[in-house]
Amino acid sequence: MRKIELAEVTAKIKEMFIEACEDIPENVLKTLKNAEAEEQSPLGREVLEKIVENDLLARDKHLPICQDTGVAVVMLTIGSEVVFEGDIYEAVNDGVRQAYTEGYLRKSVVRHPLDRVNTKDNTPAIVHVKIVPGDVFRIDVAPKGGGSENMSVVKMLIPADGVEGIKKLVLNTVFNAGGKPCPPIIVGLGIGGNFEKCAMMAKEALFREIDDKSPDPIARKLEEELLEEINKLGVGPMGFGGTVTCLAVKVNTYPCHIASLPVAINIQCHAARHKSCNL
Amino acid sequence: MIELKSPVDENLVRSLRAGDTVHITGVIYTGRDAAHKRLCELLERGEPLPIDVKNSIIYYVGPTPAKPGRAIGSAGPTSSYRMDPYAEPLLKQGLKVMVGKGSRSSQFKQLLQQYGGVYLSAIGGAAASISETIKKCEVVTYEDLGAEAIHRLEVEDFYAIVTYDSVGNDLFEQGIEKYRQI
Repeated sequence: MRKIELAEVTAKIKEMFIEACEDIPENVLKTLKNAEAEEQSPLGREVLEKIVENDLLARDKHLPICQDTGVAVVMLTIGSEVVFEGDIYEAVNDGVRQAYTEGYLRKSVVRHPLDRVNTKDNTPAIVHVKIVPGDVFRIDVAPKGGGSENMSVVKMLIPADGVEGIKKLVLNTVFNAGGKPCPPIIVGLGIGGNFEKCAMMAKEALFREIDDKSPDPIARKLEEELLEEINKLGVGPMGFGGTVTCLAVKVNTYPCHIASLPVAINIQCHAARHKSCNL
Repeated sequence: MIELKSPVDENLVRSLRAGDTVHITGVIYTGRDAAHKRLCELLERGEPLPIDVKNSIIYYVGPTPAKPGRAIGSAGPTSSYRMDPYAEPLLKQGLKVMVGKGSRSSQFKQLLQQYGGVYLSAIGGAAASISETIKKCEVVTYEDLGAEAIHRLEVEDFYAIVTYDSVGNDLFEQGIEKYRQI
């Protein structure tokens, strides 16, 4: 058995959220620079240039890339040979609380969706736990902004809708969202499973690296085709028109019921912030 | 690039066209969902507003807390469509310019024509860069709302793009039509 100190988890979570908000991943920055070179619209290029400039400034001066420092999403992958004493959720929330109050990040969480009183420390985080064999303890974090999350959808398609039905749903969703989710976006797609499983997969898809490809040939084909088709929609950077609407499409799948074709689309803005580490 | 001084000149605002880029210099006020709700509740009760909106600019933003030595934290625009229900009462009071991001309702576009206002976009997610153009920031009212409080900002060369003008042009529609292939 391998023992993990929860104080270490708290300290790591704090550090990761502050870093994630200020330091854009290098592969996201590279993708944005490529987009700037490819974009056909002059205004679109100007917007992308300013986005890249912003991300570099944020990194250099240790400022949040975006004022929406999000809801704190935390994915823990815990090996079955790992033990810890105490409440892991409390340890995570302590880290989030410290990051957002001491790290000059915006508190964007209300305690109840209807009375809407701010919790003033950005807790509670959204915590997902996955148990795996072995002694791994992996932490993935993402501050997820509200603008792009609001444009996300879950839809229960039927098997007859097939790939074409999925594509139509994605293209309509992205087109109707226009500039609201801060394009160029990343599309996380969860296909299969059931109602809640597909939503979870769509989120997990957004935690994948921007430059990876699905190992599943069917999913990979859909990722490539959808990326090309979304970029023909003309939405462009911030919705002002252009040829770069989407930076990447990530498709995750799972077996499902013979009667169902569940599809979830989770949209990520261009400030695709996340950090990972193994303790 | 057009220089836009705030408080604004009504005729200059009317002459702006979708696609123009502007540099704003002067005083602008911040406000998002919760602050707009309170402002409109005051107007409904016939009470005076805590800020003079006549010929003013409202920026839809909830900044991060300022780090030591900086006027304001990161301060990019939030999605504007959520403020559509509150637009008319404020336009009636003489508000001329709103700055945010993303598309808005067709009814909102008509209101701009009716009241001679414009809707500008700042670049979503360019919040660190934008904060460099904000020289001073103070809370005017609703401090209890935290990031959503109404702040008075003094800005210099704040970059924005005219998105809906006062004669019905829509930069989103025009731009997307030009580049749409499917």
